[in-house]
Amino acid sequence: MAAEHSPLEQFAITRLVELKVGGVDVSFTNSSAMMVAVIVLVTLFMALSMRHNAMVPGRWQLAAELSYEFIAKTVRDTIGTEGKRFFPFVFTLFMFVLFSNVLGLIPHSFTVTSHIIVTFALASFIFLSVTLLGFMRHGLKFLTFFLPPGVPMFLAPLLVPIELISYLSRPVSLSVRLAANMLAGHTMLAVFAGFVVALGLFGVAPFIFIILLYGLETLVAFLQAYVFAVLTCIYINDSIHLHH
Amino acid sequence: MDVEAAKLIGAGLATIGVAGAGVGIGTIFGEYVAGGFRNPAAAPKVFGNVLLGFALVEAVALYALVMAFLILFG
Repeated sequence: MAAEHSPLEQFAITRLVELKVGGVDVSFTNSSAMMVAVIVLVTLFMALSMRHNAMVPGRWQLAAELSYEFIAKTVRDTIGTEGKRFFPFVFTLFMFVLFSNVLGLIPHSFTVTSHIIVTFALASFIFLSVTLLGFMRHGLKFLTFFLPPGVPMFLAPLLVPIELISYLSRPVSLSVRLAANMLAGHTMLAVFAGFVVALGLFGVAPFIFIILLYGLETLVAFLQAYVFAVLTCIYINDSIHLHH
Repeated sequence: MDVEAAKLIGAGLATIGVAGAGVGIGTIFGEYVAGGFRNPAAAPKVFGNVLLGFALVEAVALYALVMAFLILFG
């Protein structure tokens, strides 16, 4: 009979172009190809939509302007007026995560953000940059972030380690949230697809469920990209304005 | 007990953690709806926070799910 297919097979990395630099494997993989596709699509979307620069926007220009305004509003609301300099970073991050999530929904494609190494690279970069930003802006006073104002001194030895641990868990939670959401969603789709095949004629029921699940996965793709961007803004705000 | 059986039992136990998400998400949206009945004008303003809260609660459930997968397939 057919070989046992695990629902986790869709996350396998396949090398498209083998490359080795000094013993380090830097092959161009399917993950790399999807990332290139994401970047090309985001660039084309923004550049071509704004080509006509009309006063009354057409459909594509409206979509580009809406995504711009959505993130601009989020940055403004969380960081304030100083957030303007971080807007390009947050917008790039949001568009990359969004397009990666959505492109992964295409059947037989690969979800870049379902791998913890990708999301951990993004999250650790954000974490290190934000911590560096805090130290550059406030010097050693940045450490007062871990002792919220108005806390009685006898609570401090208990509170500061807790605050420190919760701060250090930020890159972990940021990365695992995105990767686990993508992993769980796509694994469920694969599992239910297995049910459709196994049930034969009665496979209509899991098939309808897969359709509904695809709707949920689209919502999760957008939501997770938004949450990633919002949490980045909140962490930047914590570094700039040192209160909780 | 051989490893395969232990893996299956471990994965089953780890999935119990997902129950917390049911409580958390129910609380978030229940409070949102209840607040919407009291102050309908403020409901759209706070909806962004509702989505953020939902995603954060969902994340904890997914940590449990990731542990289950790690036990099952790791």
